[in-house]
Amino acid sequence: MTADHVLRALAAVSAERAEGAVLSVRGLTVRFRLRGGRTVDAVSDADFDLGAGECLALVGESGCGKSVLASALLGLLPGNAETSGTALLAGPEGGAGTDLLAADEKTLARTVRGRRVGLVPQSPAAHLTPVRTVRSHLEETVRALTGTSRRARREAAETAAERAAFPAGHLDRHPHELSGGLAQRAATALALIGDARLLLADEPTTGLDRDLVDRTVDELRRHADEGRALLLITHDLAAAARIADRVAVMYAGRIVEVAPAHRFFGPTGPRHPYARGLLDALPDRAFTPIPGMPPELSDLPEGCAFAPRCPRATVRCGTRPAPTAGVACHHPEQPRA
Amino acid sequence: MLELDSVTAGYERRAPVFHGASLTVAPGESVGLLGPSGCGKSTLARVAALLHRPDAGRLVLDGTEVRAWRHRAPRAQRTAVGVVFQQPRTAADPRLTLTELIAEPLRATGRRAEAADRVAALAPAVGLTPDLLGRRPHEVSDGQLQRACLARALTLRPRWLICDEMTAMLDASTTAALVAAVETYRAETGAGLLAVGHDRVLLNRWCDRTVDWKDCLTAAP
Ligand code: SF4
Repeated sequence: MTADHVLRALAAVSAERAEGAVLSVRGLTVRFRLRGGRTVDAVSDADFDLGAGECLALVGESGCGKSVLASALLGLLPGNAETSGTALLAGPEGGAGTDLLAADEKTLARTVRGRRVGLVPQSPAAHLTPVRTVRSHLEETVRALTGTSRRARREAAETAAERAAFPAGHLDRHPHELSGGLAQRAATALALIGDARLLLADEPTTGLDRDLVDRTVDELRRHADEGRALLLITHDLAAAARIADRVAVMYAGRIVEVAPAHRFFGPTGPRHPYARGLLDALPDRAFTPIPGMPPELSDLPEGCAFAPRCPRATVRCGTRPAPTAGVACHHPEQPRA
Repeated sequence: MLELDSVTAGYERRAPVFHGASLTVAPGESVGLLGPSGCGKSTLARVAALLHRPDAGRLVLDGTEVRAWRHRAPRAQRTAVGVVFQQPRTAADPRLTLTELIAEPLRATGRRAEAADRVAALAPAVGLTPDLLGRRPHEVSDGQLQRACLARALTLRPRWLICDEMTAMLDASTTAALVAAVETYRAETGAGLLAVGHDRVLLNRWCDRTVDWKDCLTAAP
């Protein structure tokens, strides 16, 4: 097969995937205009699809744009943000889809957030109101989302807690009376109430112990296995390795590689030099840092943004590499195995 | 030698977080202290860093027992220990530039004149570029701010370094870079290290030996 054939075959596969996708993102770009005329290119041209029952891990270091991408999908960007591209969220039961980037705040607030997209937040403690019990949080969310009667609310709240493995005996506690793990489960229970088909978990394991990280992501995986699409945004590669089907690596606002998780973390390894460097930095691998630091998002180079740190850079890297077969690099690494 | 001997400490006199914790770090040695969050290992780290007075037990630093903590501690003891915490945002004065932050310990000990040279030497050692040094904490990333906090801990050339979950918030590459900066400093100076954390893989790779929190609690009542 010629390279052209391969590309066409790959395009066909991704088109097929896009049809069954719960979320289909194309050309998602987010810019912030700052005073003094500077712009920050937080996310540039992101493309990916996410299907039901699938977990896509979006990995990268803090400040790479992955949390901005999440906020864009939820319509939670600050006023000075400019977005372009599309993020098509499939409609319920074959109904019309919604472009999350084009939808107005009313639509997002009434029909999207909590109902069709559930958010598992970064710091559950900050997400929960300190003066209210977990039960009251859950019941309030049930009321807001479904408007059911008081008795049905109580039941629905308890069901939601159970689904997130939140113990019924702790429902009448306040957030500060919960351990980190239970607070995370309470927040997950809230995210599950609307029965959203897309779950968006933004750094859900920050600051948790390894055991708790494992348990938290295993639970998220279970929710994906029940047929939800799960977008896991994390800097924790071990958490991604544990539950992801595919991995998307973000660097300086761009997705530079998308690969099946078994290939990415397995003996074959990633093909983008940055992705490889990130894996090699792990303490159970080479434990060597990538030299230098990521560029400023307000001052990105013309060509490949990784070039100043890249061991494989050549003059060709002065022009930006287009993504080809899941990798945006002029000189991708050869498979390790 | 850094010796923690049967230390009991906490925030309420009647309900200490732990009882009777003991741990020793030899000169030049690196010891990883592993434990789940909330177990008290961070409080023990604060005792070792002279930041928290224990309710009972002893801290002996290079043969001299520590009898006063925080600003009351004698300067010679205070400057012998550098400390880095998990959260750079809460550990850094938001009004200071990174240069001022790194030079802060020199200013506090009346050695302002040395600041420029010391910052110039430390910034590259922790991977900070000149353009970042004039910025304030809100203008840099968590990883960049943590690099500055590590530099600040090294400013007075401590013989002991306490790293309490220093890399828990950071990505793999920044983690490896900060650990490498600590190890380069230790190779040059022979400083000892107490690294507190919950990541067994990381601490095993980083330290000469690792100790489980429960094994420190020898004298539990
Ligand atoms: S395009 Fe060039 S500089 Fe960029 S990652 Fe590939 S080889 Fe490195």
